Amino acid sequence: MKLSRLFTRTFLICLVPLILSGCGGKFIVLDPKGPVGEEEKHLILLTTLLIAIVVIPVIILLIYIIYRYRDTPSNTARYRPKWGDNKYLEIIWWGIPIIITVFMAYFTGKSVFALVKPPTTDVKPITIQVTSLDWKWLFQYPDQNIATVNYVDIPAGRPVQFILTSDAPMNSFWIPQLGGQEYTMPGMAMRLWLQANETGKYFGTGANFTGEGFAHMQFDVIAKTEAEFNRWVNKVKAAGKPMDMAIYNRLKQPGLVNKQTYSSYPPHAFEMTLMKNGGHYHERIPEGNQFNPNDTEKTK
Amino acid sequence: MEPKFKISHFFIHGDPLILGADVSIGIATVMIIFVLTYFKKWKWLWKEWLTTVDHKKIGIMYVIAALLMLFRGGVDALLMRTQLALPNLKVLLSEHYNEIFTTHGTIMILFMAMPLIFAMMNIVIPLQIGARDVAYPFLNAISFWLFFFGAMLLNLSFVIGGSPNAGWVGYPPLSELQFNPGPGENFYVLAIQISGIGSLATGINFLVTILKMRTKGMRLMDMPLFTWSVLATSILIIAAFPVITVTMLLLFLDRFAGAHFFTMTHGGDPMMYINLFWIWGHPEVYIVILPAFGIFSEVTSVFSKKVTFGYTSMVVSMMLISFYAYFTWVHHFFTMGAGAGVNTFFAVSTMIIAIPTGVKVFNWLLTMYQGRIRLTEPMLWTIAFIPCFAIGGATGVMLSIAPADYQYHNSYFLIAHFHQVLIGGTVFGMFAGLTYWWPKMFGFKLNETLGRWAFWLWNIGFYACFMPQYALGFMGMTRRIYTYGWDMGWAPLNLISSIGAVIMGIAFLFQVWEIAYSVKYGERDTTGDPWDGHTLEWSLPSPAPKYNFAVLPEVHGRDAWWKTKEAKERGDYEEKKQELEPIHYPKNSGIPFILSVFFFIAGFGFTFEWVWMGALGLLGVAICLIVRSFQYDTDYYISVDEIKETEAALRGEV
Repeated sequence: MKLSRLFTRTFLICLVPLILSGCGGKFIVLDPKGPVGEEEKHLILLTTLLIAIVVIPVIILLIYIIYRYRDTPSNTARYRPKWGDNKYLEIIWWGIPIIITVFMAYFTGKSVFALVKPPTTDVKPITIQVTSLDWKWLFQYPDQNIATVNYVDIPAGRPVQFILTSDAPMNSFWIPQLGGQEYTMPGMAMRLWLQANETGKYFGTGANFTGEGFAHMQFDVIAKTEAEFNRWVNKVKAAGKPMDMAIYNRLKQPGLVNKQTYSSYPPHAFEMTLMKNGGHYHERIPEGNQFNPNDTEKTK
Repeated sequence: MEPKFKISHFFIHGDPLILGADVSIGIATVMIIFVLTYFKKWKWLWKEWLTTVDHKKIGIMYVIAALLMLFRGGVDALLMRTQLALPNLKVLLSEHYNEIFTTHGTIMILFMAMPLIFAMMNIVIPLQIGARDVAYPFLNAISFWLFFFGAMLLNLSFVIGGSPNAGWVGYPPLSELQFNPGPGENFYVLAIQISGIGSLATGINFLVTILKMRTKGMRLMDMPLFTWSVLATSILIIAAFPVITVTMLLLFLDRFAGAHFFTMTHGGDPMMYINLFWIWGHPEVYIVILPAFGIFSEVTSVFSKKVTFGYTSMVVSMMLISFYAYFTWVHHFFTMGAGAGVNTFFAVSTMIIAIPTGVKVFNWLLTMYQGRIRLTEPMLWTIAFIPCFAIGGATGVMLSIAPADYQYHNSYFLIAHFHQVLIGGTVFGMFAGLTYWWPKMFGFKLNETLGRWAFWLWNIGFYACFMPQYALGFMGMTRRIYTYGWDMGWAPLNLISSIGAVIMGIAFLFQVWEIAYSVKYGERDTTGDPWDGHTLEWSLPSPAPKYNFAVLPEVHGRDAWWKTKEAKERGDYEEKKQELEPIHYPKNSGIPFILSVFFFIAGFGFTFEWVWMGALGLLGVAICLIVRSFQYDTDYYISVDEIKETEAALRGEV
């Protein structure tokens, strides 16, 4: 009757977005191109399945019960107004969710611990330092000594260790097809392991609100073969202009800029950003990136 | 020191929306003043409402204020959905959009959901436990007026000084002076602060009321489940609200006095704010959902003509939820880079809290099982709640899987999830409660036909609005962006979502119509028990007299009123003839209202950092408190004759 109409309608409405989006949109989270994203997609699908075990019976039971026990004079179904207790039934539905939880807890723990390590260990990782600014992304390659703004090139097949900080309000660094996000915070150096297994251009975005220009903080991630990546690095080194502190300070001003490429950047620029924003209160700077402000003279 | 804000900061210029709001607020104010004056209602307003300490009237004022705030928050939502309906629209500029999502969130949680819950608590709890009022009626009035003026302070920011724009969570450093020098964030901090004092007092008030003022014979395990849910909520409020109060105070000290609690430098730590905010924020979501659970328990039982299935389980699960609510806060920021151990702990604790919630769903189903289900409006909302909350809860469990959350976090998947549990849970629950207790509040039923229209439109609109948002999350759309391009394929789903929002807007209009129509034509409730209820509030006439119970009832076991009715039917009901006694009753007082006005003045002064004005306001508050402490004549006795007269009139025996 009226109620069954409610549910058919509800289901139809639920279906509409799926049908429509099949035409235009891309479910990038469910189409990962690297091991981290794969692992997370696996968990997403697994948990969807596990919760469906509870949710679908609930909805079916609800429809059945409302229909079977509706209050009409002709209804001959059993009526037990004072029945309010059944130990066995209650044990079942305290028990089933507990079992499901144990399953999920196991897989969650396993993944959480796995994701703080490099996705593959037989290949040498590359480190890229990421700074979120108002409202742009700065990428620095400490090994190559080059820098880019609003796009980042990475070698496919190699684990990338992104070291994240912010020289502006807290943001979040997210490349859905490579894997989940992590916050960029002033004075903190956060580590995020990602890896692309296929070459291609991927969508990257800021995910934590930072004010007026936040909606425009999207960037391209371009995964290239190792050879192409090296060619690109050499090209940048040869042709690009160097970044100095004046340029950095201009970049730091709130505003939007286009993609930019720099053939070098001031030594320890990333570490200085960290320190300036209170980094000396934390000991979270990953190994190999420690920086002692007293060393500036020496490195010069 | 030169004051930071001058009069020139006062009025916002140049925005047609704000100009429109200015004009309509002006017109509305003039009209209200005119109507009150023309009908000579000023005295009535003051004597009957502004100074009342009667929990039922305070409850009604909460309802009115909450529905107004629902309107304001809803308009915010519609503006946002209009801006996002298609790519690259310019309905709102970035800064304006940012202000609107900030006020939308703050208003909906703190000034819509909270007062609706307080409304239900106020209207129902004393009646349900056989009490004549709450434990501290005067404090109760203070709570209401602090909430009200807190809400007004926040709303004022739209036309004066500029609204907060750092999101309803107000994370530093974005909400710090460095990035947010305007008075907007001060409005946010002080509005939450002022209404927060009221909320805390309400928590204390109802904890004491429930523990100390139950009628003779009502043991804890005899209490109706709504009362249990309010007990659980009150405990949560008492433990959680001091945290937000302190957090907001620290943020205010940063902004006002140049402290460095949450700044990036000088030893400040923004992460501390985020932790503190959610140590309050997570219990807060259970504060707004538990009373809804209580309402659903009452409604399923009454409209299935059955006792609640698994009463003990229901109580245990609510108490477990209110305990575990404190151990899940980190799941709001798994991506902040806590260690793997920390993230795993909070992921698992979040999954655990889903267990008692799931159990409750099964118990509601079994309450309906082998009953006789009447599809009245309150029951419809309850039935709609179950699948909606099951799905919303399920996506909540998905979000608790920390590594998967790295992908969902801050995306539209998250937005869809929490709107589904907050609308499908809290809002539907409060609609169920409002329609269920409406006859008790006002003495007439709401029109079912219009109610059904509103119900269907709400549901259709809801699914159309939020199901696409789950999908948008998987497509990489993040929250709080004011615009997007054609390139990502987000346009069709956003358009559907916006259409859904409009349908919900129309549904709200139907509810307004429903109320307006029913005031005039609604079925009058002459029995006091229009739904064939189970609990004590239905033993009273509708609306109940100010002292509630002429003679305090004595109960034996659960569903006291149902048992009485059964005994009457069997013919073995013995009415104990108890002599009426004069009833001790608190006098009305203008102090809660005046005190809150002073709080408002102080809040406004500190918002603009005009210290003289802030100090003046606080001085007023202090004077109110002192005056009150020297008032000795605060109560009186209602005479037996008056009780007799009132009862005779109410029960139609004249």
